[in-house]
Amino acid sequence: MVPAVQLQNLQKHYGQVKAVDDVSLQVAPGQIFGLLGPNGAGKTTTLRCLCSLTLPDAGTIEVFGISVLRHPRAARQLLGYIAQEVALDKVLTGRELLELQAALYHLPARTIPERIQTVLNLLGLEDWADQKTGTYSGGIRKRLDLAAGLLHEPAVLVMDEPTVGLDIESRVAIWDFLRDLRDRGTTILLTSHYLEEVDVLADRVAIIDQGKVIAEDAPSQLKDQVGGDRITLRIREFTPSDEAEKAKAMATTLPFVQEVSVNSAQGNCLNLVVTPQSDALLTLQQALKEAGLPIFGIAQARPSLDDVYLAATGRTLLDAEMAATGQRDAKTERKQNMR
Amino acid sequence: MTTTPTQPNPLANSGVVNAPVTAEQLTPPGVWSGEFLQETLALTRRLFIQLQRRPATLIAGIIQPLMWLILFGALFQNVPAGMFGESQNYGKFFCAGIIVFTAFSGALNAGLPVMFDREFGFLNRLLVAPLASRFSIVLASATFITTLSLIQTLAIMGLSFFLGAGIPDVFGLGLVALIIVLLVLGVTALSLGLAFALPGHIELIAVIFVTNLPLLFASTALVPLSFMPTWLQVVASLNPLSFAIEPIRYLYLHSDWSIASVVMQAPWGNLTLGGALLLLLGFNMVVFFSVKRVITRTLA
Repeated sequence: MVPAVQLQNLQKHYGQVKAVDDVSLQVAPGQIFGLLGPNGAGKTTTLRCLCSLTLPDAGTIEVFGISVLRHPRAARQLLGYIAQEVALDKVLTGRELLELQAALYHLPARTIPERIQTVLNLLGLEDWADQKTGTYSGGIRKRLDLAAGLLHEPAVLVMDEPTVGLDIESRVAIWDFLRDLRDRGTTILLTSHYLEEVDVLADRVAIIDQGKVIAEDAPSQLKDQVGGDRITLRIREFTPSDEAEKAKAMATTLPFVQEVSVNSAQGNCLNLVVTPQSDALLTLQQALKEAGLPIFGIAQARPSLDDVYLAATGRTLLDAEMAATGQRDAKTERKQNMR
Repeated sequence: MTTTPTQPNPLANSGVVNAPVTAEQLTPPGVWSGEFLQETLALTRRLFIQLQRRPATLIAGIIQPLMWLILFGALFQNVPAGMFGESQNYGKFFCAGIIVFTAFSGALNAGLPVMFDREFGFLNRLLVAPLASRFSIVLASATFITTLSLIQTLAIMGLSFFLGAGIPDVFGLGLVALIIVLLVLGVTALSLGLAFALPGHIELIAVIFVTNLPLLFASTALVPLSFMPTWLQVVASLNPLSFAIEPIRYLYLHSDWSIASVVMQAPWGNLTLGGALLLLLGFNMVVFFSVKRVITRTLA
């Protein structure tokens, strides 16, 4: 079967910065494929290359077997791109924006009004259609952007951070909508730095870090492969580091504990990887009591996607995020995204 | 994986209807297609909707030259007769200058909306679409600005008429329109080129700022060539604005014009009406070829 999207050894540098170092991935038709990674990992650049907004330095990009680099126009017809930042003309009404979009995709003029009504209904935008987009809230803006992206019935919907900056209600509505869209046959490729978003939506996920794909599989598979259970232990609300080290030394001696690390980003709590067994929590609590250490909170969980990320990169997504924020230059990035 | 022109419908078995990719879709239809017309009209319509909902720029663009005409005209009202060549009054001399300068300023600003589209990411929306040719983005701007300039020109000519400057005959009016269109297209192309070459709107506004008035003063808009020192005569007689001003002024002052009429006595020789048109055309060619690379680099 021809993959919906196929990237091979994609590379893109901006000066000295390797935005995309080496990305290869394959998206099967009809699935939601998630690209998970911290900000600055190269997700947006990958999508921009796919949508022929940025010319890669090396690599091949195909959409349903059509080379984006050789036949960009044919590929654009198959793709619907929803950028992270919603760019609407605030003077136009929603309907007028959709009319413009319809003409840019050359829908036959007589079918346009009906098609616009269809996408408006689909996204529940009937009441907003004839208001200027400048009056819209964030959630409505995103929905109109989605409507515009779906107007020409793209085979592949490409979304960069579908719900960033949205309230919970809008976010869940978008999630439901995307799942529904997938069930009706549209392939969806999305990026996110939200773990739960990828976890609930994606049929398959590629974890991307510093411009490289470091793991790829179904979310449940990835989590199973990491193995072990996770215990988060907080001695105090904010644990002094000497006490945390003491607890760490104690926990390491327990037979079922595989790994212990002190998480300084979250008040020196302890992250433990343990062999799954029913009495792990009890035994640990007992041992802490004997060592004279208090417990502020303790919880056991199956591994999450964050643990997959941690196992592959040695840091949590949150840490990577914080590190990336310090290095990023908003102005340079805006320039990279400007054409 | 190789590209096959006979790619089957990727969603043939799903609920989503999608046109199969055909051989025609692999080659862009180009500028002589219905698709190109459709997208150009839609992009132009957007600009006119913006104008209709935010008419401030057009209103200011009409009031400003009229103020120039009244105030600047009054400033030189008492100048001794005959000082401005063959014109009986300064207003009659000046209106050709203000028509051309207004059209020029408007066209020079043509790049700003495109720059804002770049900055706000709206241009990306256009660039991910399967446009027949991205030239439609340029053509829509040019159509919009040209229409605006012609409306402004009409307003200036109307007021000048009431101020006693007279009006050219029907063919003369046609020629005025042609000259304005030629100048506006060239300057619009220049401004769009800048909009794609410069990093942001601040830089574009700076360039517009330093170009606008100096080009006005180094042209024959405000005073005739004979008024200027020799070095400025040389500069002003090579300024594209003068190529547009002098023929229009001639049309205002003479009812018996022909293509061979001498409209400007430059230090380097006499320029006829036809010669001025050719020079304007040449100016456009030079501009188009110099900015083509810049624009296609972004839009190709």
